[in-house]
Amino acid sequence: MSTKRGKKGDVLLEMKNIEIDGFSDERWHEIIKGMDLTLHRGEVMGLIGESGAGKSTLGLAAMGFARPGCRIKSGSIIFDGQDLIAATDEEKRMLWGTRIAYVAQSAAASFNPAHRLIDQTVEAVVNRQLQDQQTAEQDACELYAQLQLPDPENIGSRYPHQVSGGQLQRMMTAMAMSPRPDLIIFDEPTTALDVTTQVEVLVAMRNIVEKYNTAALYITHDLAVVAQMADVIKVLRYGNEVEEAETRQMLDAPKEDYTKSLWSVRALEKPESPSDDIALSINGVDAAYGGTIKVLHDVNIRIPRGRTVAVVGESGSGKSTTARVITGLLPPMSGSVEFNGEALPAALKDRTKDQLQRIQMIYQSADTAMNPRQTIAETIGRPLEFYHGLKGAEKQARILELLKMIELDESFYDRFPGELSGGQKQRVCIARALAAEPEVIICDEVTSALDQIVQEGILRLLLRLQKEFNITYLFITHDIAVVQAISDEIVVMFQGAVVEQGLKSEIMSPPHPEYTQLLLNSVPEMDPDWLTNLVEARV
Amino acid sequence: MTDTSKAYSAAAEVGQIRERRSRWKIMKIELKKAPYSAWFGLIVIACYCFVAIFAPLLAPHGEAEIFKIPFAPWGGEHVFGTDQIGRDIFSRLIYGARNTMGIALATTLTSFAIGGGLGLAAAITGGWTDQLLSRCVDVLMAIPGLIFALMLLTIFGSSILSLIMIIAVLDSTRVFRLTRSVAISVVVMEYVEAAKLRGEKLPWIMRREILPNIMPPLVAEFGLRFSFVFLTIAALSFLGLGIQPPTADWGSMVRDNASMIQFAKYDLTAAMTPMIPAGAIALLTVAVNFVVDWFLHKTSGLNDEH
Repeated sequence: MSTKRGKKGDVLLEMKNIEIDGFSDERWHEIIKGMDLTLHRGEVMGLIGESGAGKSTLGLAAMGFARPGCRIKSGSIIFDGQDLIAATDEEKRMLWGTRIAYVAQSAAASFNPAHRLIDQTVEAVVNRQLQDQQTAEQDACELYAQLQLPDPENIGSRYPHQVSGGQLQRMMTAMAMSPRPDLIIFDEPTTALDVTTQVEVLVAMRNIVEKYNTAALYITHDLAVVAQMADVIKVLRYGNEVEEAETRQMLDAPKEDYTKSLWSVRALEKPESPSDDIALSINGVDAAYGGTIKVLHDVNIRIPRGRTVAVVGESGSGKSTTARVITGLLPPMSGSVEFNGEALPAALKDRTKDQLQRIQMIYQSADTAMNPRQTIAETIGRPLEFYHGLKGAEKQARILELLKMIELDESFYDRFPGELSGGQKQRVCIARALAAEPEVIICDEVTSALDQIVQEGILRLLLRLQKEFNITYLFITHDIAVVQAISDEIVVMFQGAVVEQGLKSEIMSPPHPEYTQLLLNSVPEMDPDWLTNLVEARV
Repeated sequence: MTDTSKAYSAAAEVGQIRERRSRWKIMKIELKKAPYSAWFGLIVIACYCFVAIFAPLLAPHGEAEIFKIPFAPWGGEHVFGTDQIGRDIFSRLIYGARNTMGIALATTLTSFAIGGGLGLAAAITGGWTDQLLSRCVDVLMAIPGLIFALMLLTIFGSSILSLIMIIAVLDSTRVFRLTRSVAISVVVMEYVEAAKLRGEKLPWIMRREILPNIMPPLVAEFGLRFSFVFLTIAALSFLGLGIQPPTADWGSMVRDNASMIQFAKYDLTAAMTPMIPAGAIALLTVAVNFVVDWFLHKTSGLNDEH
């Protein structure tokens, strides 16, 4: 354990004029274009920006580390008086895991599934001979307790797959805290978690960082989260610093236009309009996987024509399973799906081409929803050919028309998905669904893998298309901000059952059933005091 | 189109526009970077193919033409001498390239058609179809290949067709396993689900959605299987149940002339005679493996600096 722990307020990390290059397409590209960063002891700095802004690269550079295929071209990194650029690998290795720790985004992918959690938690400390196994384990149990993990004395003897995602993320924080480092780098630690779980993890991380006076870099693209965690916020874009300011000041009065645009995303809102013309209805559906594990219990949802019904709930609540029942991928055990008043055949293979054409689906991850070996034209063109029999010039014209609809230009025609950004890919997936000329589109978490600004673009596009073609959306999401932006009606689901369905204004205004209440007030707000207030209110 | 969306859809997000290279250009660049071993392999394979295709033009004598002197020494009219009934060894070597490689290629293609097709079908449909096919393959794999092939060949007779079919079926078990396992990781992709939801039929999903995404391991396996099939045919011919005379074939040439090794102390060149077809088999196998190694290395992303 480091004995010469300095005072709060001393400069801990100073990075000057950092330039980092990345290698791709047989060339070096600039990722970070000359950035400065100063972090004091006990200070938490939030690094925010879209993906590709260089947040993670900068965060790793703070450890003196560059990913394979990246190199730190110039600049200086001084950590507590030690120059990390000049340091040998061995010197850096002695710092990493003891004085500088890293918490990765995906805890599930970062733990070794073959070892017990406690062994992994104390590994760095024991390995460097800072503590013996027993003291380290005792200390780890204390950390578990502070991080509010259940059964702190025994949870460490479990394996990674035996705890939940949120618990695993706290485990990783415990692992990082175990040597009481001077600096922790949090790389999107809550992005993969549900809102309700996210709150617990955030509280735990904030408390422990505060308690041990640890400095931290908190990398995220979620503004509301960073507002809770950071003392100072630095906004990044295309490898440049946009601005840096103290959190409250930044939230109250952002200077740069770009920062303002980040802030304004959450302002998107759609006025609700009720309708009784039901396009699709799900009646009393029970469904199970493998005939045994029942995941849906008596689900009833009505989806009015030309409107958006948002289905919200945490993961495991049966949202996506509902979508699978509608599409026929998972025939229900009982109950029915009615489309325009007619019952749809339960199984996919019994449905006619016509029925298939009218219900289309858009997936969460556009990466896996597009065949990487098919060009954009092939991807969009197939439904045209398949459902509408278009060929040759006619098909080509229609593809170009669709590309225009999704605000992409002709140059995308013969590109492959690998050459597109996340937002562009999602747009192509929307075009593929549109090509079928459907009445209903099921959107399964279509924006959750995207950055805020890109999200806004996609949501605007979906809203515009709805207006133009009177498309009905079933919008599955866990993001309340998205729900606000796009829905007319909301369905709240919990553990495979519908908690309530109603117009947006009804659901969003109290009184709420207990679960809706929990879900709604777990959504971070842009107020830096929100988390503190919430914790007080819950106690 | 609003202002924000316009700004968004512009090149802003892409960052840079990539030049589209033609396939030919990409191939040229890759070849330039290829290691010497790959070059060696490619050149050897090219030579073999050349010889196989133009065999009748290159060979000085006919495939089964019999001359007066059996076991003629090297040199003179017969470069590598003649065999036990007086056929020109050099000509038979050249024709052998055609027969052995042609049959090996046909067999490998057949085994990929069978194993690949069934493997894909098993991966996509899953359930009991998958179980049934996989268990059948397990049973086939449990029986030692060469012995099973010998048995089947004695039952069905050693015609070229039965030779191809028997080896292809036995070999397709490995292709089935590979195809099934790589396809299963692609089948769970959402684009395959999207195709199913669209109402696409099985052949389309197999050919258009899955096959292009599993090509690299299959191509590599094709090279390896080709080598193995080639060796199996040579081994069967050596044992006398493979390609039947008078068709020239390297495996049977080794067997026919094997006894000449005993004469090494009297005539070294004569003893070398059976080594030439054996060497030809070995060289091609090595060459194919070099190329496959390079290809695997390239497609599996092992070519990063480490």
